[in-house]
Amino acid sequence: MFNRQIAAFGVALALLLAACTPAPKGTASSPSGAAGEQPQPGGTLTFIVNAEPPSFDGHRETTFALLHPIAPHYSTLYKFDPNDLTTVIPDVAAAMPEISADKLTYTIKLRTDVKFHDGTKMTSDDIVATYNKIIFPPTGVLSPRAGAYAAVDANGITATSPDAVTFKLKYPSASFATNLASPWNFIYSAAKLKADIHWYEKNIMGTGPFTYVSNTKGQDWVGKKFPDYFGKDKNGVQLPYLDGYKALIITDASAEVNAIRSKQAAIEFRGFTPQQRDTLSGALGSALAIQEAPWICVNYVVPNTKKPPFDDVRVRQALTLAIDRYAGSTSLQKITIVKDVGGLMRPKGPFAQTDADLQKIAGFGTDGAANKAKAKQLLADAGQSNLTFKFLNRNITTPYEPVALFVLDQWKQIGINATHDVKETSAYQADLRAGNFEVALDFNCDFLDEPDLQLAKFWSASGLGKGLNFAYYDDAALDKMIDGQSRETDPAKRKALVADIEKYAMDTKAYQYPVLWWYRIIPYLNTVRGWRIGSNHYTNQDLETVWLGK
Amino acid sequence: MRRYVAGRLLLMIPTLVGVAILTFVIMRAVPGDIVALKYAGSPVPQSVIDEERHQLGLDKPMWAQFTDWMGEIAHFDLGTSLWTGHPVVDEILVRLPLSLELAIIATLLAITIAVPLGVLAAVRQDTWTDYAIRLFSIGGLAMPSFWIGLLMVLATITLFGWAPPLVFTAITDDPIANLSQMVLPALSVGYRYSAVSMRMTRSTVLEVLREDYVRTARAKGVRESVVVLRHALRNALLPVVTVISLEFAFLIGGLVVTEQVFNLNGIGKLLVDAVAHRDYTLIQALVLLLASVFVLINFVVDMVYVVLDPRIRYS
Repeated sequence: MFNRQIAAFGVALALLLAACTPAPKGTASSPSGAAGEQPQPGGTLTFIVNAEPPSFDGHRETTFALLHPIAPHYSTLYKFDPNDLTTVIPDVAAAMPEISADKLTYTIKLRTDVKFHDGTKMTSDDIVATYNKIIFPPTGVLSPRAGAYAAVDANGITATSPDAVTFKLKYPSASFATNLASPWNFIYSAAKLKADIHWYEKNIMGTGPFTYVSNTKGQDWVGKKFPDYFGKDKNGVQLPYLDGYKALIITDASAEVNAIRSKQAAIEFRGFTPQQRDTLSGALGSALAIQEAPWICVNYVVPNTKKPPFDDVRVRQALTLAIDRYAGSTSLQKITIVKDVGGLMRPKGPFAQTDADLQKIAGFGTDGAANKAKAKQLLADAGQSNLTFKFLNRNITTPYEPVALFVLDQWKQIGINATHDVKETSAYQADLRAGNFEVALDFNCDFLDEPDLQLAKFWSASGLGKGLNFAYYDDAALDKMIDGQSRETDPAKRKALVADIEKYAMDTKAYQYPVLWWYRIIPYLNTVRGWRIGSNHYTNQDLETVWLGK
Repeated sequence: MRRYVAGRLLLMIPTLVGVAILTFVIMRAVPGDIVALKYAGSPVPQSVIDEERHQLGLDKPMWAQFTDWMGEIAHFDLGTSLWTGHPVVDEILVRLPLSLELAIIATLLAITIAVPLGVLAAVRQDTWTDYAIRLFSIGGLAMPSFWIGLLMVLATITLFGWAPPLVFTAITDDPIANLSQMVLPALSVGYRYSAVSMRMTRSTVLEVLREDYVRTARAKGVRESVVVLRHALRNALLPVVTVISLEFAFLIGGLVVTEQVFNLNGIGKLLVDAVAHRDYTLIQALVLLLASVFVLINFVVDMVYVVLDPRIRYS
């Protein structure tokens, strides 16, 4: 009872504060600066990273804390266009892949002017060694994303010439080509990998725009311009524009804001809250620029289907029906980093359903009162009118706590007595993985609008979803649907298949369902030019085209 | 005396072994582990998590993990951080100079403020001077140092557009840059800890001023300043020294929030990060280090007692 009162008070207080918050005064700047402005070479960009990278190996890690300071040292085979972050363009590849008629062979020509930071020339052997490490890691080598390349045939990566590689697939894969632009797939030296497959865990040596200078643990990471970098801009000017960069490791939110406010750092690439944006905006005025974008991150409500009464689909449907996502969006976007209502695919992304179609799914209709009435009826039918449970959450303020408080309040309105079970992240993860919870707030972030990624948590828990699917169901029919969309290379047909999955997983079976999708807010000093926000905080971090204006 | 010192030094060994066992057991009793945490929210298959647990030795029985660790300690090897894979000694050595320097500056500041004001408050008991000093010290006790620090940073940013540097520069490399970073945290921490020592100094000096030998000194016509400084203060210092010493030991690893506010790359922040990451080897090494500091400082304080009070003899 007391917890519920606190929860309700917390939401009310947050909304009151949000209502009293002045509108931001910063400017939504053009990422490239004023029209016609020419990039100015030189200078050092100082930016914030709010966590410490574990190892230095991009193939092994999964945190943005590795990408932000380390990605500028590396190139990838393909990457996302810094000016249009939905388009894949070549990086060390010379062109887009040539795909055979049966869609099973991808031939990729490589640039011939790419050098590693030690002066050696990059060849197809380096690509083969890199991708073999990622897709077919030897014993003792960790590669958490190997599954994304399950379609690649064993021994299917070959160097056909010093400047060409071929990937052979076992079956057509809709996501293979875009996965070649994964920001984690740093190109490593075959010679270094041959000498020690773990060498890149503690060392840096890539072909990227910046060479490694230093790393003081817990404090900073420094890089400087690689003069032999292959990249040039459209006018033939040598990239990168910057002389160097310094990434400051700052883990405290107020210290991050103070760092930008005092102009000791220019930008933090992950994101700030609306309140932090407004604080900076009020303090820095026109010296601040702001970019905002929808984010491929979302919180899911996950009922544990192994625990009664959540093995009853009516109870799970009631939980999603009770949540008025549109009302939540209006309130929560003022106080935390969530905004859009969406299904399993990012709203307005390439695989998202139209609003009209989405609203046909349980819990996504706009008539909140009718949904709640139906939810109450479902609970009564299931004999759970006085349902009581613990709602597991992690102790991260943004956005987990406000999102959970909102959901708890919504459930309270249909008579559910749920208590907020907040745990420190490690203990929360332990409970999730042990199935030691009733209902939890889970989350997912990806670098790309790609059903293979966003549906990874929906495979059967004892199959491909082991360690990912915390709703703990096994459903062969759903597995078949996910596999089917993955093999469908026609975008329109694939989108329709994904819509079927959304209807099935969120409504018919109500296994797990999103609350609200995140919204990315980047306030930064307006001297930073040439950087464009994307719908994720993983890509576009090589700083190749970033420059400093006045 | 030598025998006493040797005995005290030998006693440190079981104390530290006890700390090691407790830390080891407590950390493993806390739910969660580093691998699950590292891949939180990422679609990482269970096989990868199991393999990493195996590589880190977390799949071994607890007794085997403990004997492995004790074996390393016996060879003066603190192991490698489970999070970064770098030697724990390196992780600590990067942070130790900053924490030590901050502890020293803050302690010096605390002594400089606390002892004179504490004596003054005692000598002028129940006057406006005493009230003002007591108000000042209660303020220090009531306000957490991180909050004072936060206000200081906000004030300097708002008024001067300046905040302390975010990157540590060794005092030997650039004293100005070093002190620019240290001055505000040292002030906020020093003020907080001066308050404790100030009140302790006041009360012990007041107590000593009522002793017979002080009355005798005054009766003999000794100057008041000599009575206070030579006869009263020296005898009042024992508890003050104890408090200041323990505070110093605490400052080395205990300034977690203050380090966060000022973004200081110190031992306290490292310890909290290590606990949050469940980086067992790093936590164990840090707790051992901090326990060693406490034990050593206690030992040094006991030795200082002999100097301060000739009546104390250890045998």
